[in-house]
Amino acid sequence: MTSVLEVKELSKSFGGNHAVNNVSFAVGAGELLALIGPNGAGKTTCFNMLMGQLAPDAGEVLLDGENLVGLPPRAIWRKGVGRTFQITATYPSMTVVENVQMAIMSDKKRLFSFLPYARNLYREEAVTLLDLVGMAEQADRAAAILAYGDLKRLELAIALAHKPRLLLMDEPTAGMAPSERIKLMQLTADIVADKGISVLFTEHDMDVVFAHAHRVMVLNRGEIIANGSVDEVRDDPLVREVYLGGGTVFADKEESENA
Amino acid sequence: MGPFIAQFLTGLANAAALFLVASGLSLIFGVTRIVNFAHGSFYMLGAFIGYTVMQLLPGAFGFWSSILVAGLAVGLIGVIVEMLVLRPIYRAPELFQLVATFGVILVIQDLALITWGAEDLLGPRAPGLKGVIRILGEPVPKYDLALIAITPFILFALWYLITKTRLGVLVRAATQDREMVAALGVNQSWLFTGVFFLGAMLAGLGGALQLPKGGADLLMDFNILASIFVVVVIGGMGSLPGAFIAAVLISVLNVFGVRYMPQSTLVLMYVVMAVVLIIKPYGLMGRKEVAGEHGQVGEPEQPFSPFGRRGRLIVAVLLIALATLPFLGSKFAMILAIDIIIVCLFAASLHFILSLGGLVSFGHAAFFGGGAYAAALMVHYAGSPMELAFVLAPIITGFLAIIIGWFCIRLTGVYFAMLTLAFSQLLWSLVFQWGEVTGGDDGMVSIWPSPWASDTTVFFYLTMIIGFGGILVLRHAAHSPFGYALRASRDSAGRAEATGINTKRVQFVAFTFAGAMAGLAGTLFVFSKGSIFPTELEIGKSFDALIMVFLGGVKTLAGPLVGASALSLMQDYLTRFEYWRLALGLLIIAVVIIAPEGIAGTSQKLAARWGIIRRDEVQ
Ligand SMILES: Nc1ncnc2c1ncn2[C@@H]1O[C@H](COP(=O)(O)OP(=O)(O)O)[C@@H](O)[C@H]1O
Ligand SMILES: [Mg+2]
Repeated sequence: MTSVLEVKELSKSFGGNHAVNNVSFAVGAGELLALIGPNGAGKTTCFNMLMGQLAPDAGEVLLDGENLVGLPPRAIWRKGVGRTFQITATYPSMTVVENVQMAIMSDKKRLFSFLPYARNLYREEAVTLLDLVGMAEQADRAAAILAYGDLKRLELAIALAHKPRLLLMDEPTAGMAPSERIKLMQLTADIVADKGISVLFTEHDMDVVFAHAHRVMVLNRGEIIANGSVDEVRDDPLVREVYLGGGTVFADKEESENA
Repeated sequence: MGPFIAQFLTGLANAAALFLVASGLSLIFGVTRIVNFAHGSFYMLGAFIGYTVMQLLPGAFGFWSSILVAGLAVGLIGVIVEMLVLRPIYRAPELFQLVATFGVILVIQDLALITWGAEDLLGPRAPGLKGVIRILGEPVPKYDLALIAITPFILFALWYLITKTRLGVLVRAATQDREMVAALGVNQSWLFTGVFFLGAMLAGLGGALQLPKGGADLLMDFNILASIFVVVVIGGMGSLPGAFIAAVLISVLNVFGVRYMPQSTLVLMYVVMAVVLIIKPYGLMGRKEVAGEHGQVGEPEQPFSPFGRRGRLIVAVLLIALATLPFLGSKFAMILAIDIIIVCLFAASLHFILSLGGLVSFGHAAFFGGGAYAAALMVHYAGSPMELAFVLAPIITGFLAIIIGWFCIRLTGVYFAMLTLAFSQLLWSLVFQWGEVTGGDDGMVSIWPSPWASDTTVFFYLTMIIGFGGILVLRHAAHSPFGYALRASRDSAGRAEATGINTKRVQFVAFTFAGAMAGLAGTLFVFSKGSIFPTELEIGKSFDALIMVFLGGVKTLAGPLVGASALSLMQDYLTRFEYWRLALGLLIIAVVIIAPEGIAGTSQKLAARWGIIRRDEVQ
């Protein structure tokens, strides 16, 4: 399997705290790779470095062999990487469909156009994307009044707007009801399989991870302690110890931490 | 050597009052994050109250106790202001607090006028410190030496208070980490009130202490306002040592400026400030503001869309109705309408960056006045026709905005506001002091329109076309992809940057565009009046625009037009009364507290609730 993303010896510390320590891994083409780990393990920090929001202290991030370190998020996005945030980031003053249109306008380099009405630009494309995530009926509602689960789905539609090669999803189902989580992840898995997008995602809900991930990596205190198939990771004694033993405790429902 | 030392001592003496006032402002900002524009008013009240008490208490003891009494009294007034006006709006964006404290300025101005009358009061000399002492042959007033001797004690007392007392611990905690205070379980409103007392008291002490040097008058509030902001911003907002260093720096600089380059003292002060901020954006001893973001007030902003057929029809009818004014109204009504259209365009240009861009500029007058002066200079020195001025002056203003924006766009929140204020003051002082070119205080006159447009009726139609044309362009820009990118950058910079939007560049372009449109308004203005004076570049002009945008409603596209018309009409009506400032100030404060969505926002909400318009028609 060829890899889309290759991460080599990535490190970041805040003060003396090694949030991410010498992390290396690769995401294969079309792969749905889960990055799990307890709160504060360094997952979000890792995502921030991949997307350019944080500069790593050391290490390389290669997208199809091209180094991304030092590029701002907007440049990384233009290279075909999309991201959803642990705490959803959308434009509350716009409608749902305008949120998606905004990303398409950016992709088509129309940000400095003065003449057309933005609301008429790429509306159909945007509605098609919303339809994909089951949000088409809500297209003209204000994003500010959406339920949290719908915001997560809107973010997914936004992230798909520029036809990314790689999607980084930080806790895509956090804050949703358990039944909804499975549904959203199923939806995501179907979409990316259909479009051939590779996905790196973090997740608290182990049911979601075990049901959909092709491969699982476990991060603990900034270091990768396991990397393998779902079954391998589930049976790994070190992983069990980190999660205080027992398969049930895997369903760690804690969501209070911040990005 | 003698004159040099004497100058230096004068500078140090002047620094005493400046430091007192500025340290109070800095303390208040550090703890409450409120930029208290009424701080100059506290200073003025200190002078007036000190004067009155000195009449009652004789002798040296009376003199010094009067200063203390003035400080305490102003401290109490500060507490009243804090509890009545500011407490309801701590969580609101900076603009709300600015507008509210501006209302307080107006109220205090009239209350002072009512209490002490319009006459300037000559400050009493300090008993026992009346003469001069010769130092190296140069006369130095004894009172100056007393002030120089007092300053270290004040500094020490403040240092003791901040480092050794429980209040000080809380103040420092709050200044450095807002969340921590809440975590300490401190009653936050008690702390804020206490800090307001302290800050206002320091301003009052400063006002009373300078009585023998400057007396008391009704212009003191605005006169010191610019200086204390320069001091606080140079020193770093929230930093007492910074305020001290900056107060000494500015005062000494001023004294030497007056002596050696009298034409450029003001410019010098603002140049120093601009240079410091360009090198250290958060001041000499200030620290980077991390969180700084204020939430939106009330409900989140509604999505908006261009007018439908009905809306366009209504606008067309209104415009046609306005166009019949020359047939119905007097010449006076036309002139008033011209004035209002011009301020509407000015307010709409500010609204564009302030509301859609989230960039609260405190110095938008730089572009209004800048455009006006650009046109006036072209006409005066190059004999340019009006038509050419209408094309070139906005472009020149756009370039001015590029220069100012290049420095300012890096910053956010209060720091962005302060730096835009600094640059507009820099421009004002340049125009004010570069008299050979700009006419200085006397302004530039005889800047008349071309003969075909000099008739009031023709100029009225010209203003309608250019003014509403500009407003339409701004409105259209709001609905264009560019306007959306600007809103996206404001709504969620993280999301915008992660979807390919260069938010700073978008904001920079918007700032330039808004500057050019304000320049267009300024160009209209200068031809409508036939003259231009530095007042059009003053802080007050920037505040006017802010208040208009606010009164109308920040979150609506119609807001700036409604607010500009309302404020102009109100000023036109109220200024006929003696105490109009009091009325206007109270009205502004009431709007901030009771109807923070402004006139347009509130009426749209009511109309929607009563079913007159649909929710999605809200503009
Ligand atoms: N901006 C920051 N400054 C200082 N410490 C940080 C910052 N961001 C994250 N951390 C720390 O880095 C560690 C990893 O955090 P994070 O990446 O958010 O973990 P996760 O997403 O796995 O829960 C935590 O100890 C956190 O406190
Ligand atoms: Mg996280």
